Amino acid sequence: MAIQSAPLNEPNRELERSLQRKQRTQLGGLLGPGLFWLIAFFALPLAVIVIYSFMTPGSTGRPELPFTLSNYGRLFTEKLFVNAYIRSLWMGFVTTLLCLLIGYPLALFVIQAPPRWRTVLLFLVLIPFWTNFLVRTYAWMVILQNNGLLNDLINWLGFPRQTLLNTDGAVLTGLIYGQLPFMVLPLYASIERFDFTLMEAASDLGADKRQAFLRIMLPLTMPGVAAGSVLVFIPTVGQFVVSDLLGGAKVDLLGNLLQRLFQRSNPPNWPLGSAMALIFMLVLTVGVIFYFRNTTEQNR
Amino acid sequence: MIETASPPRTAATPLVVQRRRSIAANLHAAFSIAAYVFLYAPILILVLFSFTTDAFGARLTGFTFNWYAQLLDDKRLVSATLNTLQVGIVSTIVSTALGTTMALAMERFRFRGRTGVDALLYLPVVIPEIVMALSLLAFFAFAFQILEGLFNISLRNGLATVIISHIAFSISFVVIVVRASLQGFDRRLEEAAQDLGANEWQTFWRVTFPIILPGIIGGALLAFTISLDDFVISFFTGPGVNLLPIEVYSQVKRSITPKINAISTLMLLVSMTLVLLSQAVQRKR
Repeated sequence: MAIQSAPLNEPNRELERSLQRKQRTQLGGLLGPGLFWLIAFFALPLAVIVIYSFMTPGSTGRPELPFTLSNYGRLFTEKLFVNAYIRSLWMGFVTTLLCLLIGYPLALFVIQAPPRWRTVLLFLVLIPFWTNFLVRTYAWMVILQNNGLLNDLINWLGFPRQTLLNTDGAVLTGLIYGQLPFMVLPLYASIERFDFTLMEAASDLGADKRQAFLRIMLPLTMPGVAAGSVLVFIPTVGQFVVSDLLGGAKVDLLGNLLQRLFQRSNPPNWPLGSAMALIFMLVLTVGVIFYFRNTTEQNR
Repeated sequence: MIETASPPRTAATPLVVQRRRSIAANLHAAFSIAAYVFLYAPILILVLFSFTTDAFGARLTGFTFNWYAQLLDDKRLVSATLNTLQVGIVSTIVSTALGTTMALAMERFRFRGRTGVDALLYLPVVIPEIVMALSLLAFFAFAFQILEGLFNISLRNGLATVIISHIAFSISFVVIVVRASLQGFDRRLEEAAQDLGANEWQTFWRVTFPIILPGIIGGALLAFTISLDDFVISFFTGPGVNLLPIEVYSQVKRSITPKINAISTLMLLVSMTLVLLSQAVQRKR
């Protein structure tokens, strides 16, 4: 049999090789251009800031030689930066938690609605998701300004006008408003897959509603909670538009500090900004991996 | 849904429990409606206040279309709109082409380094936008410095750098949408076409392409929306470039006027049209 197939194999191998070559060119043609773009204009820029973060800031703020570790040193010792980190992570945490507390019941409501309504209700959550973020933030400026609608209402109720804009509350409102759809959509996807007869089974076995929710439904919809939290948390911590427009110059998030280090402060400091951006990314990545691992383990 | 799933048991449930349950359900409904009000009230107020005669745009004193007429007189705003459309159209065409071919490669081929490419594709979606924007700003400065040093070409940030960056940002989103439409693809259709004598090129254009077209259009619409709405990436990669979100931002920083309400309303209208379009395309699928 081995003798018979040997002559047959020869031309086959040739054919195979030419097929493989053809496939390789096809793959290269399909993958090449996009891959080039991502490497040149995504991966390479990240490499540039890695290098910049180890350089010395020149008089104009641009990076110069020699290489140094002092940028990282400053980030971990100077109060301004440490505070910005803590503050941003805290704001991110509060925003994520509140989005979850609003988003979970909302997603559940949409799923429990009659099928005809469900599409409309989901679509209504989807619209803000596609709508200009800047415009949605600006809408809150109109509402919260000193002679704005909310202050008119406060005044009409007999209270003195309040400073609403440029406060922590304004920033938090804007952040939740901007991020809520990002929480609801993954939650919807994961609650939709949940088998509601399990809740009946739990109550048949003597669990009350709260127990059934905490021990059955919540663990089983954890992937949605995790995905939604990550989608809310990351943009929130890096936010600078909301804190800039609704918080004035008073409420600083990491994003605002980064912007100033690259563009506004006198002089700017690109190496320090690069180091800060990288640490920020690193903290987030580690946090996200940790979070996903924990929540999916619970799920098992 | 929990209640309706078990009708026979309700008769046996004590009345008090039943009433408490319906109170809870009502509270849940009220809470959810309040959440919808929270999502839509600001948008509606903004639209309403774009028609007010009050020059500060803070009170409803009368109805006028005046602010919309004034938009056309604002030369900066008009040119910003044209620039934004130009960036949006070019970056959408390029990122859709690159994203679609990449999606095909990722779904149809198994190759070494595929996981690495996968990671590279998902990173731009997950990474904080500002980090990507700053890295591009640093990268362009670095690249321009090298070009100037080596070839004595002096380049500056402008529409081109913004377009390049928008493409880099949008490719991943296009890939995700197109890959989703490729996953439900019945490959026997292609085999059938080839059995009937079509070559690969014909098979692709006559069978594969029409089937995944809704996915490609969906991806393109998403890329276009992202480009039109983007502020952070444009702000850092094209300093001084006149784009709509940047112009609105700088006007807002100065003062709140009904004119900004008017341009914002128009931007909302465009966004909503794009969502409706993408939904219509998806439903066809």
